[in-house]
Amino acid sequence: MAITSVISADGSELTIAVEGRFDFSSHQDFRRAYEGQPSQVARYVVDLQETTYLDSSALGMLLLLKDYAGGDEADISVVNCSDDVRKILAISNFEQLFTIK
Amino acid sequence: MLTPAVIKILVVDDNPTDRLVLETILRKQGHQVVSADNGLTALQLFQQEQPDLILLDALMPGMDGFEVAERIKKQVGEDFIPIIFLTSLQDADSLARCLDAGGDDFISKPYNSLILRAKINAFTRMRAMNHTLLTNRDQISEHNRMLIREQEVAKRVFDKVAHVGCLDADNIKHSLSAVSVFNGDVVLAGVNALGNLMVFLGDFTGHGLDAALGAMPLAQTFYSMIEKGFNHQDILVEINKKLNEVLPVGVFCCGLLAEINFHEGTIKVWNGGLPDCVIYKPASGELSLLKSRHLPLGVLPASQFNSRAEMYDVHVGDRLYLWSDGIHEAENHRGEQFGEQRLFDVFQNNSRPESLFNEVNAAVNQFIGASEHTDDISVMEITLVSPENFKASHVLTQDSSFAGPDKWSMSYELNPDTLRSFNPLPLMLNVIVQVPMLRTFSGQIYTVLTELFNNALDHGVLKLESATKNSSEGFSHYYQSREVLLQNLQAGSIRFDLDYQGGRKGGALIIDVVDSGDGFDYQNLGLAGGDVYSGRGVHLVAKLCSTLEYRGRGNAVRAVYSWGESAF
Repeated sequence: MAITSVISADGSELTIAVEGRFDFSSHQDFRRAYEGQPSQVARYVVDLQETTYLDSSALGMLLLLKDYAGGDEADISVVNCSDDVRKILAISNFEQLFTIK
Repeated sequence: MLTPAVIKILVVDDNPTDRLVLETILRKQGHQVVSADNGLTALQLFQQEQPDLILLDALMPGMDGFEVAERIKKQVGEDFIPIIFLTSLQDADSLARCLDAGGDDFISKPYNSLILRAKINAFTRMRAMNHTLLTNRDQISEHNRMLIREQEVAKRVFDKVAHVGCLDADNIKHSLSAVSVFNGDVVLAGVNALGNLMVFLGDFTGHGLDAALGAMPLAQTFYSMIEKGFNHQDILVEINKKLNEVLPVGVFCCGLLAEINFHEGTIKVWNGGLPDCVIYKPASGELSLLKSRHLPLGVLPASQFNSRAEMYDVHVGDRLYLWSDGIHEAENHRGEQFGEQRLFDVFQNNSRPESLFNEVNAAVNQFIGASEHTDDISVMEITLVSPENFKASHVLTQDSSFAGPDKWSMSYELNPDTLRSFNPLPLMLNVIVQVPMLRTFSGQIYTVLTELFNNALDHGVLKLESATKNSSEGFSHYYQSREVLLQNLQAGSIRFDLDYQGGRKGGALIIDVVDSGDGFDYQNLGLAGGDVYSGRGVHLVAKLCSTLEYRGRGNAVRAVYSWGESAF
């Protein structure tokens, strides 16, 4: 499991990529990926291209990111979801809270 | 370079010259030295002096170095006391024997003081590391013991809160996962004042105390609101609000709340975040999927929460199955998950519905390779029985010596603003249960009030036709239009007049309900007529009350509920 974060050239967008299992063990790394980034970050992209599995703790972590990024005003998209991951997000109805692509 | 630590070293050698040379080198390097010239003395000194490291001659008369090493290693157990053999032996077999006997290294005579220093330093580091490792391990196991103890306390408290319900009713079966002492799954069941069974299966994010923290307010809210007569929607709104307030962001509860009405043969379902649960109709083999339509409980603030539920028609023999994602994610030794398809196959292959619950459990346990008797997943089964056969221990105990008021009356008028957003029944029930004698009958009285209120609201104020409820499509259409009409309600009212007269041996509650609607032609329908009545509720009310009479143009009704030796 590895979590990497990349900030866009203009500093406004932060992309967090999660590789492997996205579960409770990723908690610290995921938080570290967005905390302490420059304050001009306005958009967050969570890239789940390489994510093989996602559990409810991961959903909790997405909520923590949303809270950190401004709650209801937060601009967060969750992208490149596999069918399995998309299904878990759908069961929890997370498309109501995040832009899922 | 690291400053070498000063340690206590035990030197064992029968040759006085060799011993003296070694002692001198070691003292020069700053270490404290104790010496023995034979094996037995070495063992004694080891006990007395507790050295940090031992330099041990292999060949000695009497007890040789190999035996000394073996005995000392046996004595120290997990502690690491390095033993370095002193030897003039050169052949591989002898050197290997030193290590086999428990030695950690050897050094050849004559001694090279540089190599000796390096070896002592290396072993001192290893000994420190071993010490840290043991301390950490002990700390971790101590923490773990404490954690388990705390979870056990939490579980005892939770069991008291959660198990006051009716999970033991004949038509309910459930198993709970044993992932940890206190797992994240919650199963609750209670009977409300209408005699309907409310069941809840929830799955908190995380296990252990995270889950325990949320489960307690959840269970308490669930049971106390059921007892106070609040409905499906009210309970969801309150649970969501409480969890949203209490739990930190990121901790929430996926759950399904179902209300089973045995009289009307309906199940009302709200699913937020649990995988598809099912209603299984053995007669036709049909599986209705109860899909998750909402965010889990505790995620949204009260203002954004959606409590919209779905209604399903059911018959005696139908079965409701609830489960958490644990069942889908149960893994076998190859890392494959049990999955939805295997679960539904169990239903497809079932021939005796009574054994379905066991078959589901067995299929999962067989798949993951566990013994058939362990409960590794959370599953709940509720079988639809006829109202007479639904027996649950939910008697509201009342041992209050307070006799309550003998005679009272109250009027209660509801206007559109109130009707849109507020369920008035719990409030009225609350007044009624102040009379201990009436509390005994609160279930039946609540039924009467509910039916009269629903009729007044649906057919009187909202002007809905109850006949549309007869087909299954009409049924859901009915509830949809009801919601739309209610939200847009601008005019109309319902008035309740309650009049109670009672004593110690009997009493009567007179309930008058008047709505602003057009009424209906009650003359031709006749309460004794039975089947002619399309509203199923009125029959029930007539059965429960000593008198039920429609008045005026059919928009007013008087029901008299009496008990004991009442005058009515």
